[in-house]
Amino acid sequence: MLFDYETLRIIWWVFLGLLLIGFAVMGGFDLGVGILLPFLGKNDEERRVIINAIGPTWEGNQVWFVMAGGALFAAWPTAYAVSFSSMYFALLLTLFAMFLRPLGFDYRSKLTNPKWRENWDKALFIGGFVPALIFGVAFGNLLKGIPFHLENDMRIMYFGDLWGLLNSFSLLVGLVSVSMFIMHGAVYLQLKTVGDINVRAQKAVLKFGLATLALFAVVGYWITILDGYHIVTEIFPNAASNPLAKFVKREPGLWLDNYGHLPWLMAVPATAFISGLITIAFSLFNRPGRAFISSSLTVACIILTAGCSMFPFLIPSSISANSSLTVWDASSSQTTLNMMFWVTIIFLPLIIVYTSWVFRVLRGKVTVELIRKNNHTVY
Amino acid sequence: MISESVVELSRWQFAVTSLYHFLFVPLTIGLSVLLAIMESTYVMTGREVYKDMTQFWGKLFGINFALGVTTGLTMEFQFGMNWSYFSHYVGDVFGAPLAIEGLMAFFMESTFVGLFFFGWDKLTKGQHLLITWLVALGSNLSALWILVANGWMQHPVGAEFNYETMRMEVTSFGALIFNPAAQVKFVHTVAAGYTTASAFVLGISAYYMLKGRDAAFSQRSYTIAAGFGLAAVLSVIVLGDESGYTDGEVQKAKLAAIEAEWHTEEPPAAFTVVGIPDQEAMVTHNAIKIPWVLGLIGTRSADTPVIGLTEILENNRIRIHSGIKAYALLQKLRDGNRDEDVIAEFEAIKKDLGYGLLLKQYTEEVVDATDEQIEMAVKNSIPQVAPLFWTFRVMVFCGFVMLFVFVSAVVVSSIRRCRIDWVLKLSLYTIPLPWIACEMGWFVAEFGRQPWTIAEVLPTFLSVSSLSEWDIILSLSGYIILYTIFLAIEIFLMMKYIKLGPSSLHKRRYHFEIDERG
Repeated sequence: MLFDYETLRIIWWVFLGLLLIGFAVMGGFDLGVGILLPFLGKNDEERRVIINAIGPTWEGNQVWFVMAGGALFAAWPTAYAVSFSSMYFALLLTLFAMFLRPLGFDYRSKLTNPKWRENWDKALFIGGFVPALIFGVAFGNLLKGIPFHLENDMRIMYFGDLWGLLNSFSLLVGLVSVSMFIMHGAVYLQLKTVGDINVRAQKAVLKFGLATLALFAVVGYWITILDGYHIVTEIFPNAASNPLAKFVKREPGLWLDNYGHLPWLMAVPATAFISGLITIAFSLFNRPGRAFISSSLTVACIILTAGCSMFPFLIPSSISANSSLTVWDASSSQTTLNMMFWVTIIFLPLIIVYTSWVFRVLRGKVTVELIRKNNHTVY
Repeated sequence: MISESVVELSRWQFAVTSLYHFLFVPLTIGLSVLLAIMESTYVMTGREVYKDMTQFWGKLFGINFALGVTTGLTMEFQFGMNWSYFSHYVGDVFGAPLAIEGLMAFFMESTFVGLFFFGWDKLTKGQHLLITWLVALGSNLSALWILVANGWMQHPVGAEFNYETMRMEVTSFGALIFNPAAQVKFVHTVAAGYTTASAFVLGISAYYMLKGRDAAFSQRSYTIAAGFGLAAVLSVIVLGDESGYTDGEVQKAKLAAIEAEWHTEEPPAAFTVVGIPDQEAMVTHNAIKIPWVLGLIGTRSADTPVIGLTEILENNRIRIHSGIKAYALLQKLRDGNRDEDVIAEFEAIKKDLGYGLLLKQYTEEVVDATDEQIEMAVKNSIPQVAPLFWTFRVMVFCGFVMLFVFVSAVVVSSIRRCRIDWVLKLSLYTIPLPWIACEMGWFVAEFGRQPWTIAEVLPTFLSVSSLSEWDIILSLSGYIILYTIFLAIEIFLMMKYIKLGPSSLHKRRYHFEIDERG
């Protein structure tokens, strides 16, 4: 094997981050566009323009989300098991909302009845809003810790409920996520449309760009007083994955520890702010292509900030801190991580290449005229 | 202590959601290939009717695909949501093929499917054809990796239990991928998908022909579906038989249960065509048997016995006793004992650990199991025979009826301008058969593995998450309500577009538009 266990674990932490960022960047603007649909499209034709701006590509983008789930399962099986079963109803709501997307996109234009189309517009809004919110709420709960306990045979006991998941801190992180995806979606719409929708999208970028940065700052402040977690016993980064073999302390402010040890990490949240402001500037000066690149960077850095603060924790436990799952004790075996490393290193670049090609083929603006001309073939 | 009703409800939820998902998957797998064949014909001959065929059947493909994606999301998530102990216990092995499926197949299929629908004017003929083939390749590769994962649940090779991590871990990826159970399942399932799509196109084309509409379009569709369908249904039957042979080798209990083979017979064993299986008395009442056939299918020889259920039960009793010992040793190891003798003893009998875990259903401690509890575990260590016996026979019956339909269809379509109404009607009315067969096939494969989620490794009873009954009642009701609404919408749209036929393409050369122009 090319890498030792410790290195593979870090690589897989990075891969998981990449897939989550991939989802937030690619799937994120689709979610944002879904939320903006009823507000930016004033009539059926305008709404069709908005839908067709993402129509041919949302399907591939959504796979980033499925893929992040799959990679979590393969590389961090215990973390997959704990997070998915303990956030049961939050995920169920996300799933139910996401069901509406394939159907909304594919079925909406199959009938001309206005009532039918209005209902699918609502469905697409829900399908954008709920996953965007829960994505943030899930991160909020990871930062707070989840009330679970591991028994000696590794059975996961969970002591929370949906209302516990919807606590004020996590809802705030949820708002960061919603606002960030709206900003990102609005930038994309500014890039893909002309005329009225373009102008409305530009206004949305300004509003939600500022909101994202403000909310992100509030969360940043809250983190300084929120309980963080820290491993107090010696760490064995090459040992078999056994989450029950360590002691963990929990204290306010511990999520800032990593920045204390490595001050340059502060560059990550700082970049989120700076590129957020640059996004707004590019958008105001009608450079949506550049705005899209910098809003992608903003989204990536916001997610990375959560990762850098929590490392090496994946899922801290709020009621049995020693059961917390970390990069060093919740991974798959070295054999699996190694094998999956090679699969990923081959296929992920390939995916990026063909996705870029598809976007290149589909480049250009989506207009009302284009919808009229292709009335029977577009969404 | 895990509650029995949580286990039951979780199983129901899994069955409902995956049977539902499996309504759409076979059609996607098969239709994607049929579309690629139609479009290849278009590119080679340059005749517009083949392009129209690709686009019209592509529309129906799209309506079906949307629900396939929708219901597929649930599948990726519910292992973690509802089967968290399973996910922890085997994620090291089982998660890998699922993740590879995403990276290698699902990404490709989903990224290109948009261009299939919207790329006609943006791509050259050759480029678009390539896209269509990539979508087909993607959906077929998806099936491969999902069935590698499922094949491992049936026949868990290439992995070992690790007491330090308290889970199964991969020892050989080669064994996992080239698992005979997985390979046979893959070809059988994919061929079933091809059959489903062919029956779908065949039946709907027959409907247009019966109505006397769009002759050129429907005859060509009918011909392609007939030829492809015949090849497909023959593969399904031959590979299904191969599947039976593999079962005889690696899943003896499943084969014996399907065949209601209560006791090991003198080889070659007789095949029971029909009868009424009675699990308590371990006999099949009113059985009609054909001598030799089961022995030949199950063992490919005239002198190897097919192991009967009583012998399997006896064998399981021995392994449960050994499993109790393995469990006791595991407790020592989990409590930190690293004595070399204990480790060596555990390693020697850990293959029976799963059988020890079967007792968890009856007693938390396992090691204190009473004789009655052990007897209960033994009795329930094989699947229920009657449901398997019947679903299997329904599946096979559907297969042979379809064989007859496709043979007739090939004959009719190969004679120029031939139209035999009863064959067309038969083609139309047998459209539901492949779906019935596919659902039965899923049931046979999964119910036949009980009481295990991972055969001989992890009992179904232990695999669940620690949720409450009400959690699952709520989620299950949610799934049923939403899925029913979605299915109603899907069927409504399908019917609408099927009735419109190729006129829905607005090319001004098909039935309804010609009528409009008068």
